[in-house]
Amino acid sequence: MTNILNPVLTRTYGGVSGNPVPPFDLGEILRYAGVKGKDIPENENLAGKDDLERICEECIREVEGKFSYRVCFSEYEVNKCEEGLDLGFAVTTSEALIKHLEPCDRVVVFGATIGLEIDRLIARYAKISPVKSLFFQAIGAERIEALCDLYNDEIRKEKEAEGRGLVFRFSPGYGDLPLALQREIFSALDCPRKIGLTLNESLLMSPSKSVTAIIGVKRKETGERV
Amino acid sequence: MKFKEFLKDNIVYLDGGMGTLLQAAGLKPGEHPERWNITHPEEIIRIQAEYYSAGSNVVNTNTFGANLLKFEREELDEIIGAAIANARKAREISEGDHPKFVALDIGPSGRLLKPYGDFDFEEAVSLFAETVKIGIKYGVDLVTVETMNDSYETKAALLAVKENCDLPVIVTNAYGEDGKLMTGASPAAMVAMLEGMRADAIGVNCSLGPKALKGVVREYLKYASVPVVMKPNAGLPKVEDGRTVYDVFEDEFSDDLKEMIGEGLRVAGGCCGTTPEYIKMLAGKTSGMKPVAIVKKDNTLVSSYTHAVDFAEEPILIGERINPTGKKRFKQALKENDIGYILSEGISQQEKGVHILDVNVGLPEIDEKAMLKSSVSELQAIINLPLQIDTADAEAMEEALRVYNGKAMVNSVNGKEESMKAIFPLVAKYGGVVVALTLDENGIPETAEGRIKIAEKIVETASTYGIDKKDIVFDTLAMAISADASAAEATIGALSYIKNNLGCHTSLGVSNISFGLPNRDDINSTFFAMALEKGLSAAIMNPYSDAMMRTYYAYRALRGKDENCAEYIGFAENHRVDNVVIPAATRASESHGQGCACGACGGGNAAPDKGTCDTSSELQRAITKGLKAQAADLTDRILEREKPLDIVQNEIIPALDIVGKGFEQKTVYLPQLLMSAEAAKSAFERIKHAMLSEKEGSAASGCAVVIATVKGDIHDIGKNIVKLLLENYGFAVSDLGKDVEPEKIVDEVIRLHAPITGLSALMTTTVPAMEETIKQLKEKAPWCKVIVGGAVLTEEYADLIGADYYAKDAMTGVRIAEEIESTL
Repeated sequence: MTNILNPVLTRTYGGVSGNPVPPFDLGEILRYAGVKGKDIPENENLAGKDDLERICEECIREVEGKFSYRVCFSEYEVNKCEEGLDLGFAVTTSEALIKHLEPCDRVVVFGATIGLEIDRLIARYAKISPVKSLFFQAIGAERIEALCDLYNDEIRKEKEAEGRGLVFRFSPGYGDLPLALQREIFSALDCPRKIGLTLNESLLMSPSKSVTAIIGVKRKETGERV
Repeated sequence: MKFKEFLKDNIVYLDGGMGTLLQAAGLKPGEHPERWNITHPEEIIRIQAEYYSAGSNVVNTNTFGANLLKFEREELDEIIGAAIANARKAREISEGDHPKFVALDIGPSGRLLKPYGDFDFEEAVSLFAETVKIGIKYGVDLVTVETMNDSYETKAALLAVKENCDLPVIVTNAYGEDGKLMTGASPAAMVAMLEGMRADAIGVNCSLGPKALKGVVREYLKYASVPVVMKPNAGLPKVEDGRTVYDVFEDEFSDDLKEMIGEGLRVAGGCCGTTPEYIKMLAGKTSGMKPVAIVKKDNTLVSSYTHAVDFAEEPILIGERINPTGKKRFKQALKENDIGYILSEGISQQEKGVHILDVNVGLPEIDEKAMLKSSVSELQAIINLPLQIDTADAEAMEEALRVYNGKAMVNSVNGKEESMKAIFPLVAKYGGVVVALTLDENGIPETAEGRIKIAEKIVETASTYGIDKKDIVFDTLAMAISADASAAEATIGALSYIKNNLGCHTSLGVSNISFGLPNRDDINSTFFAMALEKGLSAAIMNPYSDAMMRTYYAYRALRGKDENCAEYIGFAENHRVDNVVIPAATRASESHGQGCACGACGGGNAAPDKGTCDTSSELQRAITKGLKAQAADLTDRILEREKPLDIVQNEIIPALDIVGKGFEQKTVYLPQLLMSAEAAKSAFERIKHAMLSEKEGSAASGCAVVIATVKGDIHDIGKNIVKLLLENYGFAVSDLGKDVEPEKIVDEVIRLHAPITGLSALMTTTVPAMEETIKQLKEKAPWCKVIVGGAVLTEEYADLIGADYYAKDAMTGVRIAEEIESTL
């Protein structure tokens, strides 16, 4: 197979040289921290929304500048095969993914991480302030999503310039796509070397605030159907 | 010629990229390049011969990922054997009569070490050791450890090399654009650790192009006393016309390296994207250059996994509070295996501004070796200060130095033959800056001269172990002036001589000087100032002492080490008048600015229920509202008239119940629940303190509960919340941490005869480990009820794996534990 598309490229965000990552979304962070409703009921005997936001902002101040936003990715042709769908780096039998990639003839596979420092803060505050630990956890969740959205937007623009659209990112563990696909993704992208992202024996990623996913790239509208 | 000899006086050329060339030769994505040693030897030999012919003195074997994680033992042996044979063949057929060496190449494992990954440090050492042993069997000239982006893994690999052969070793790390390793280490920190462990040449490779790596290489050149290595990529890869191309070409690449050779770089090559052409041009442009002589640096450096502390720059504060001597609460924590308490002492001292933490966990009734090792591991997981390992037990010292992620301070050695014999080999092997006490078989000399003599003997003996005097810091022993009026004189006289004439740094345990006197802080801080002025480099001290900190900040300002007195002013603003020693457990991470709401204090708000202001209902409110400092203060006040356990029953638990019920009814959110749990904990800490001053005893009134996150799972926030709440409710919780073997959980349950175990798992992949743990518990500790929880679990799933209870959240866990306890 000719793949053009094999080289694994990396992008870094934030810092001095990288594209900026969007600002923190306080509402999202509170949601990740377990504040489910829009408003916190008024109760003078409990910590109020102001109190929570204050702690959250303290956490943000402490962690700001300590993120190391990195993405590595590669692009593959997708082909139907006997067993299911050949993604170029692995064959999948996942019906959910095959259906999801129906309009696509390529995929961009990526690994993204915001770095290890947030894990250290989560662990550190677990010992002295579990509520802050919870907020660091929530901030990490919000940041990695923001990074994935930013990267996806870039790819979307790049592909649109080629006259192609995208389908939403799909991660191992969604639907019937086995988590075990992580092994193939890590091997294809060389994540440890490229962005310092590792996979453990239980298929958990370290740093913990990381995402791997497959973005489907649609066939050119004007082109011939495969 | 041996490689070590050649390295001394020459510019050494390494090889360039291998992986990128193999891809060009047809290596498929996902295919292991190491197998090509066997399947395509001709390609490997061709490329390596081209490197030798281009001028490389050292070619790495094609064994970057040759380890037991990727290959079975038999195949690994075959691969490494073939790889070495290929490199030798390449050397044989290559052109040029320059010296040519074969290096066994070792790359990273691809796994992250504990605690943030799941790969055990000793497992990593064994993994690399296997590769080294096979390499030695087939014969190489040197070993290369490369592309490591984690300091801890680098240490594991270097240790494996050192423990299994006497060959020279080159160690290079992969730095990011921020000039640090992925896991945070600075170049100075790596120099400190790697030189301490006696790597023969150190430096950088991969990740970036030559221009982007210059800054890092300059840091190496600034601190290193061994040859520095630079092996950059040919810039960054990009895709052009469907091909991967790198954006720095031979000409620019070799110019950049030439510039660095001019600045002192001694070992040069290329990494990803470079080819024999790059090496040829590099050698062509620079082989006539005179190598810059390597200058021995005198920086006394200790390091953590993020940074190095340089003794030359500033007076160093070494926090002394992690030490049980004279501290009931600390002893209690050690006996209860309460690492959390030790960690909070570490964090509090860091927040006070110390640079290094002394770690002493020696207590006759505990296993010091195990405790010291786990304390070091846990401290370095969350605190980025270098540690000073403080033990009289040489075996405990070795275990702690081994797992330490950096170059530690070693406390201590002295002039006794026996002491030097035990400690110096450890410093020589693991690296370290050793604190040397000026005493010997005859005790502590009364005079400065006597102590100086011992210091000279220590320096001399250390040098026979290859330990330079820059790695010795002398403690000339502060003795009580209450016993001997000239004690301060002798201590300071000796330290001044040692600093100025022997050229060694000095350290003192300052507070001994005031033993037996009132207002010890006054004596200590004045003595501290005197000693600093006479050349004291570091003090082992109590950072909660305002007097000491005032002296420290004032001294720096007076000595012109504090620009615009900014830090002095910053300190002064927070420390106007009082001289209070704040207990660690209550001061960490406060939410400031919450005045007491008690009417009597003028805060305004009346207590919610009764409309009157009394401290007990105020305590409940402080807890429900999550006001930590206030909860602690109010507890202290109530303790004046009520029994500690009554306060738990009448105040803390009812307050927690209010919030807990709200959480169950979904009117209170998780962060609010945690805020009150923290406030309750700070109240609890005061109660523990009060109980300890009455008698040796535990504040826990409930039964024992063992909790852990199961094997393979490294997420523990849920488990930590459960722990906090259970403790709040008086349970005696033994927290085994995360990624815990079933056997360890069973042992602890048996040891405590615990009636309850709580297990957590986050991922479907770790539920089998949970099932296995339950199975073993049912077999060996059938009395114990198992509660399980975690993101992927459900009631049905819990039943299926044999758990007794499923807790959907932390409050449910507490309710179940209460229910189980009531049946006991």
